Amino acid sequence: MSGAELGFGLLAFLLVGFPAIRVVTSTDLVRAVLWLAATLLGTAVVYGLLHAPFLAGVQVLTYVGGVVTLMIFGVMVTRKYDGTTVAIDGTNRLRGALAALAFFGLVGSAVVRTDLSQLGAVEPPSTQDLAFALLDRYLIAFEVASVLLLAAIISAVVLARRRDPLPEGAEAPERVALREGSVP
Amino acid sequence: MTLRALLLVATALFATGIYGLVTRRQAVALLLSIEVMANAANLVFVAFARFGGAPGHPLVLFALAITVAEVAVGLALVLLLYRRHGDTLLELASEAKG
Repeated sequence: MSGAELGFGLLAFLLVGFPAIRVVTSTDLVRAVLWLAATLLGTAVVYGLLHAPFLAGVQVLTYVGGVVTLMIFGVMVTRKYDGTTVAIDGTNRLRGALAALAFFGLVGSAVVRTDLSQLGAVEPPSTQDLAFALLDRYLIAFEVASVLLLAAIISAVVLARRRDPLPEGAEAPERVALREGSVP
Repeated sequence: MTLRALLLVATALFATGIYGLVTRRQAVALLLSIEVMANAANLVFVAFARFGGAPGHPLVLFALAITVAEVAVGLALVLLLYRRHGDTLLELASEAKG
């Protein structure tokens, strides 16, 4: 492993890896979400280093601007206690570390052993090329993705709008009112 | 060449997500872990687009759209869970099993 490679790996770890570790270990959910924002911003920086400026911009706009905001709302709306601290189970921590280490060992050893010397640096497609690819070669996938987003929006609204479920055997108040004639 | 370093970082990121997925009991925290894992996959796509010229950039855009959809539906489910049980611990959703 050369010095440049080591330096790049270290930089990527500081930008992406360290915040990611805080995401999964932080006991305060709001802080975890903010660390996720840091992770995603660091990833955007790495995208920029990899000559993908458009993706870096999209990453900041949709992830940091959209998803993280949504997550913060999700945490705030569903908080039960005064704080949002969450306990992490001790036995689960051992299992999680084992699973993560097993995955990292398996895939990491494959990455280290694979001969990657044939893959030289290539200038990635420009934003213009990307636009042409999206609206020409990947047009059907593009349309399917938009339909998926529409379905997701509709299902999210339908799910979130449902009322509190009534206890067993109870009748909805509107129905009672309708039967008793108090609703015109 | 930095491709190997990038792949290792992405692997570490995915492993971190797995750790979070196993240890967390809060539904929102699980969504966060899934985000981290999706991010690792995107990083690999971009890395291979830079080294070797794979058509990774359109894939990243599609993956982004899918992740956003997943988060929207996931948070709606979390909200529903909270309304039903007053908390978002995942074991409360046991009535959702097959």
